[in-house]
Amino acid sequence: MDVDTAERAKADAVGPQVHIINLRHRGRSVVAIVALLLVVALGYSLLANPNINWAAIGYYFTEESILRGALMTIQLTVLAMLVGLVLGLIFAIMRMSENPVLNGIANAYIWFFRGTPQLVQLIFWFNLAFLFPRIGIGSYTVDTNTVMTPFVAALIGLSLNEGAYMAEIVRAGILGVDPGQRQAATAMGMTPTQIMLRITLPQAMRLIIPPTGNQAIAMLKVTSLVSVISARELLTSAQIIYAKNFLIIELLIVASFWYLIITTVATVGQHYLEKWFNPESGRNGRGRSAKRSRLTQISRGLKKSTAPTGKA
Amino acid sequence: MNVPTWMVEAQGVRKNYGDLEVLKGIDLQIPPGSVTCLLGPSGSGKSTFLRCINHLEKIDGGRLTVDGQWMGYRLLGNKAYELTPRQQAHQRADIGMVFQQFNLFPHLTVLENVALAPRIVHKIAREASEIRARELLARVGLHDKTGSYPRQLSGGQQQRAAIARALACKPKLMLFDEPTSALDPELVGEVLDVMRDLASGGMTMIVVTHEMTFAREVADTIVFMEDGRVVETGPPDQIFGSAHSERTRRFLTRVL
Ligand SMILES: Nc1ncnc2c1ncn2[C@@H]1O[C@H](COP(=O)(O)OP(=O)(O)OP(=O)(O)O)[C@@H](O)[C@H]1O
Ligand SMILES: [Mg+2]
Repeated sequence: MDVDTAERAKADAVGPQVHIINLRHRGRSVVAIVALLLVVALGYSLLANPNINWAAIGYYFTEESILRGALMTIQLTVLAMLVGLVLGLIFAIMRMSENPVLNGIANAYIWFFRGTPQLVQLIFWFNLAFLFPRIGIGSYTVDTNTVMTPFVAALIGLSLNEGAYMAEIVRAGILGVDPGQRQAATAMGMTPTQIMLRITLPQAMRLIIPPTGNQAIAMLKVTSLVSVISARELLTSAQIIYAKNFLIIELLIVASFWYLIITTVATVGQHYLEKWFNPESGRNGRGRSAKRSRLTQISRGLKKSTAPTGKA
Repeated sequence: MNVPTWMVEAQGVRKNYGDLEVLKGIDLQIPPGSVTCLLGPSGSGKSTFLRCINHLEKIDGGRLTVDGQWMGYRLLGNKAYELTPRQQAHQRADIGMVFQQFNLFPHLTVLENVALAPRIVHKIAREASEIRARELLARVGLHDKTGSYPRQLSGGQQQRAAIARALACKPKLMLFDEPTSALDPELVGEVLDVMRDLASGGMTMIVVTHEMTFAREVADTIVFMEDGRVVETGPPDQIFGSAHSERTRRFLTRVL
């Protein structure tokens, strides 16, 4: 908008009697046409490829075990991200605490779970029974293998790993808030908990959300690792089918379509979440009017700043 | 009962940052209803002393009381017990502070900025706290900015909003740390006007400032600090007219 106004102002300065001819970007058009042709050729070679059975793709796209696999992928992603976020919050706060024991525990947790392969962690949890045949509290115990289903093992493995990464993301977010904010809140008599919940975290969220969105999308695909512990998420379901009918490419395309759809939905969700935590485009309707008032302020400011030059 | 004579009383207050001794024994007595301006060169410890008064910083020696209460401690017999963070917060709740960088909360509207502490610190109902916030904002000339966010305001407006926010908890003492230093020259006046108004209303104020005209006109007492010590204390006429200390005179000729 600023640029537009500036350009118009420039055009006005040159005067109406001069005809302006904008530069034609001929080279740009040539490059665009070549690139477009390449894309069309690639698309054609796929669509018209006699080795791809498009009918099968259409069929398996909504096949029951694929749908169930997609559902499990979504469940694992959402739950692991939620648990990871909570763990991340807890360990980030522990890591910044002045208590050396809490601090040490948080450091060790982050060090261990970021430092060992995710695959190893998943296999470990699935095989927990070798270490503890029965788990429980006091005299109440259960057989580990009945609790540690593939889904539960996958969830624990993914969440604990995610928590370590989220702890660092949350910590960076909290450190990114101006210390003056905490100081002002302290001076007003807020308790440390009130300051964290009402001042620091809401502002840190703006820094936390974008990398968390990245994590969620990465998580979506990392869930495919759980095939090693035979949890039936999306990719595993596809593998089970193509192991029988050898439509390997077709089923990989089906799975990829689903991953893309879920990623798209997640990206849109992230966009709205970012808007929610951005003041001035706020959540309570008040934000929108504030945005409008900012626009009027800007235009008023422009008028004010152009007025004197107009006179001069 | 025994009514404390001094709003703020500092006796031999010391503060170190590591090996650096920033306050080297500050003695100061500030009566209720007075305006005290703290002057001194950069690095002399003015901000640090101000932050010790509301216990944003813990002092390393001496004693500091506000309205008769030891800041950060509770006195029982001949022992001073350190307060918990919650108790410290409670102690700070009726001391207002205004910062050079305003430090308004950017994720809240101006109205929410002012109404927040009364609501969550003093447990006043939302409606009552917002009515009072509107009154205070009107008093500092911001009645039409209640729904705006801080970054939509000019520096002068932000600082006036910050003053309203500090006043919302009905403080018995207001601390100002260079409230106009971050402002464009043409915006300084509107903030000083609000402060002048506050002073004439009888508020006890301690102001760190480089605005000599304001200090001369509004202050009851000028305190000149250098290198972690109070060099000279006195009424403005005396300090500006015939300071005893050579260092004070040198500082004043440099800034005036
Ligand atoms: N958090 C801190 N950690 C270490 N040193 C500090 C800290 N805060 C202040 N200091 C040091 O203490 C000394 C006094 O600082 P202070 O901010 O109180 O000075 P001031 O009189 O307010 O100066 P100015 O006019 O520049 O604001 C300075 O040497 C400063 O570097
Ligand atoms: Mg200072």
